[in-house]
Amino acid sequence: MTGAQDSGARQATAAPTSAPPAIELRGISKAFGSVQANKDISIRVMPGTIHGIIGENGAGKSTLMSILYGFYKADAGEILIDGKPTQIPDSQAAIRAGIGMVFQHFKLVQNFTVLENIILGVEDGPLLRPSLSKARKELKRLAEEYELHVDPDETIEELSVGHQQRVEILKALYRQADILILDEPTGVLTPAEADHLFRILDNLRQQGKTIILITHKLREIMEITDTVSVMRRGEMTATVKTSETSPEQLAELMVGRKVLLHVPKGPANPGETVLEIENLRVVDEDKVERLKGVDLTIRAGEILGIAGVSGNGQSELLEVLGGYARATGTIRINGQEIDLTGKHSDAQSRRHRGIAHVPEDRHHYGLILDFAAWENMVFGYHNEPEYQKNAMIMDNDGIVEKTAAAMEHFDVRPPIPTLPAKSFSGGNQQKIVLAREIERNPDLLLVGQPTRGVDIGAIEFIHKRIVELRDAGKAVLLVSVELDEIMSLSDRIAVMFDGQIMGERLPDETNERELGLLMAGIRDTKGAA
Amino acid sequence: MDYATLIQVLDSALRLATPLLLACLAGLFSERGGIFDIGLEGKMLMAGMASGAVAFLTGLVWLGVGAAIGASILFSMIHGLASITFRGNQLISGVALNFLASGMTVLIAQALFRQGGRTPPLTGNARFSPIDLPFAEAMADVPIIGPLYAEVLSGHSTLVYVALLAVPVTWWVLYRTRFGLRLRAVGENPESVDTAGISVVRLRYSALVITGILCGLAGAYMATALQAGFGREMTAGRGYIALAALIFAKWRPWYALGATFLFGFLQALALRPDVIERSFGMAIPVPALDALPYILTVIVLAGFVGKAIPPRAGGQPYVKER
Repeated sequence: MTGAQDSGARQATAAPTSAPPAIELRGISKAFGSVQANKDISIRVMPGTIHGIIGENGAGKSTLMSILYGFYKADAGEILIDGKPTQIPDSQAAIRAGIGMVFQHFKLVQNFTVLENIILGVEDGPLLRPSLSKARKELKRLAEEYELHVDPDETIEELSVGHQQRVEILKALYRQADILILDEPTGVLTPAEADHLFRILDNLRQQGKTIILITHKLREIMEITDTVSVMRRGEMTATVKTSETSPEQLAELMVGRKVLLHVPKGPANPGETVLEIENLRVVDEDKVERLKGVDLTIRAGEILGIAGVSGNGQSELLEVLGGYARATGTIRINGQEIDLTGKHSDAQSRRHRGIAHVPEDRHHYGLILDFAAWENMVFGYHNEPEYQKNAMIMDNDGIVEKTAAAMEHFDVRPPIPTLPAKSFSGGNQQKIVLAREIERNPDLLLVGQPTRGVDIGAIEFIHKRIVELRDAGKAVLLVSVELDEIMSLSDRIAVMFDGQIMGERLPDETNERELGLLMAGIRDTKGAA
Repeated sequence: MDYATLIQVLDSALRLATPLLLACLAGLFSERGGIFDIGLEGKMLMAGMASGAVAFLTGLVWLGVGAAIGASILFSMIHGLASITFRGNQLISGVALNFLASGMTVLIAQALFRQGGRTPPLTGNARFSPIDLPFAEAMADVPIIGPLYAEVLSGHSTLVYVALLAVPVTWWVLYRTRFGLRLRAVGENPESVDTAGISVVRLRYSALVITGILCGLAGAYMATALQAGFGREMTAGRGYIALAALIFAKWRPWYALGATFLFGFLQALALRPDVIERSFGMAIPVPALDALPYILTVIVLAGFVGKAIPPRAGGQPYVKER
C-alpha cells in the first residue's frame, strides 16, 4: 500500500548517490557493566540495498540491532533514519520509524493463526473483526507482490519453520516496514527454504526495501549482499563492497588472523568395518516411527557425514548409538552385536564398547554448565580406575592436573580447570566435550553438530581434530545440518529424510543442489549432479 | 431420584456453582495472561469479609459488593507486585496471600464486631434477596421445562445472573476483542507482545484487575447471598475447586460453566445424603463426594479426556531477554 509506493517513488526519483542513507549510525557505544558490547560504531546503510553484518558470536551484532530496534538505549551516539536524527526508545518507535525485525527465534504465538499473529499489536480498533478482514486482504496483496505465500488461517504450530519465517517477514511488511533486519535467518532453514528466502529478499530489494542481514555464514554474505560490514569484539572493523572482497578476507577480518575455511585433508585409507547398522527402527513416545529401517556402515579411518534437515531422524540415530534411546534392529561394533533393548543398553555400556559421543546439544547432554571444567572433563568416565585415589575416594587433584593438560592440548581458553563450564564461550565448551571424548581414544566417535554456535576460529580447530582422529584410523560419524561442514569433512555422505537414508554420495561427485534434493526427500537427482 | 428431587438438587447446584464459576472465570483471566493464581481462595475470603462487614455497617448490600471488589483487587495487586513487578514465584505469592487472608479476615472481623471472627448476621437490604425471572409463575405449570425455568433458573439473587452472564462476556472479550487477543498472546508468548511494542506488564496487571473484580463478586456472593454474613474460612476450599475447574475446563469460558456446574452439582449432592442413599441404594460418604472434583481434575490432567494444555508462558515471570 502506501509504504510500497513511498519507497518505490523514492527509488525512482533519487539517484543512489544523492539519497541519504536509509539508516546511519554515528558513534554508537554500549557497555554492559565492564563489557563494552559496542564501541564507537558508525555505519551507513544505503536504501534499496542488502547490507550484511558479519561477525563471530559475541562480536556485538545483536546488541547493535537491539539498539536499533529500541530494546536497548545506547550510551552514546545517534541514529539517523533517511537522514533525519531519530530517537528509538522502544520497539513501538522502531516500528513507527519503519524498521521491522525478524528475530532468530521467532516471536510468534504458537496457537494463534497467521492472521492473528499479523495483527497483534497493530489492531485498528478494540474489536478484532475489521482488523482481521483488512489483514486478510493486505496479506493476499503482499503474497502476490513478494512471493510470500502462507495460509492466513493456519495456526503457527502447524507451519514449517520456513513458513513461520515468512509470517515474521509479513508481520514487518504489514507494519509498513521499509527497513528489514534479519538476524541469522537461515540457521533453521533447509537449503531450498534458504534459496526461497533469498529470492524473497531479492524481490524486496527490487521494490526498494532496505535489508540488513546479520549472519555468520560467509557464503550467504557473498551470495546476496551488496555491502558487508565486519564486526569484531564490539568494533566495526571494516565495511566493504561485497563484489570487492572474498570469503577468505572476510574471515580474516572477523577473527583477526588468517583462517583456513576448509581444513586440508588427504584421501581416506579405510580399513576394517567398525560400525554396521542394519534395519534400525525407533518408535517414539507418541508412537511415531522416527527411524524407518536405517542401514549404514562405517570403516576405520573414515568420516561418514549425515546430511539432512534437523528432525529427520539424525538425533534419534545418535541417541540410539550413544545408548540413551531404545530401538530395534542390529548394530555391530567391530563385528560384535550390541544390546539395544536390554537393561545393559545405556551410555556407559556403549563407552565400554569404544563409542565416544559428542552430543548435538552440548548444554543438555554434553556438559553440566554449573560444574567446573575438570568435573565435566570426566563425566561418563568418572568410574575409570585412573580417576580413583582408592576404593572410596576420587583423585580430584589428579583429575584437575589431567584436565589442565587436556585443556592445553585442545587449546581451551582460558585454560583454567576450576572455571565452571558456563563461563566458557560456545567454541571452548565444545572443545572441552571434544577433549573428553577424543582423549579416551575411541574406536568410533559420534559427533552431532560439532560447530553449532562455535566461532569460525574454533571451527577450524575442531575440524582439524576430527580429521586427525580419522587419520589415526578411527571411525567418525558426523551429523550436521551445515552442508558446508558435511561437504568439507566427510569421506562419504549419507542423506537422511523422514527417518530413512535417501542415498549415499561421495563429496567429490556431488554438489549442494543434489544433496538439497535428497534432503527434501527427492530420490531422483538426475541432472542435479 | 424423582423429578421434583432432581429439580431441588439442580436448584441448589446452581446456587453452589455460582461462586465457583465467578472464581473460575477470575482465574481464567489471570492464567490466560500468564499469571498463575493459586490465591483465588484468599481473595474470595477477603471479599467475603469486606462485603459482610460493609453491608452490615451500611445496611446496603451493593456497598458491600463494592467493598468486596476493592478488597479483592487490593490482594490481586499485591500478587501482581510480587509476581509481575518483582518477578517472584507466583505459586509462593499466591499461597502467602491465602495464609494472609485466612488470618486477616478473622482478625479484622473480630476487631470490628467481637463475635469470634464472624460478621453479624445480615438482614433486609444488607443481603441479596432472590429475584423472580419474568413469567416464572406462568411457566411453572408447563411440564418438564416449566419447573426447570421457574424452580432452577428463577428465584436466585442478582449475582447468580451476573455470573451466568459473565460466561458469554468472557468468551466475547477473549476471542473477539483486541484486549482478548493481546491477553491470550501474553499468556502464550510474552515476547511476541513485547516485540510488538505492547507493555507486557500493563496487560498482566489489567488481567489481574479483572481477576480481582470477579473474585470480589464470588466472595460477596458467599457472604451476602449464599449465606447471611461472613464466617471464619467460609470459602472452604472453593478457590481451589475453582482452580481445578479451570483445568477441567481447559481454560475456556464455556467449558468453565460446565465444569463449575458439575462441581456445584456434586456439592449439592453431598448436602443430600438421603437422595444419594435412595438413588444408589447405599450411603456414599460425604468426603468421597467432596473429593470428586479433585479426582476428576487429576483424570483430566492425566490426559484421559483430551489434553489440557495450559497457557505456555504461565507461571514464568517475564524478563526481557536482551
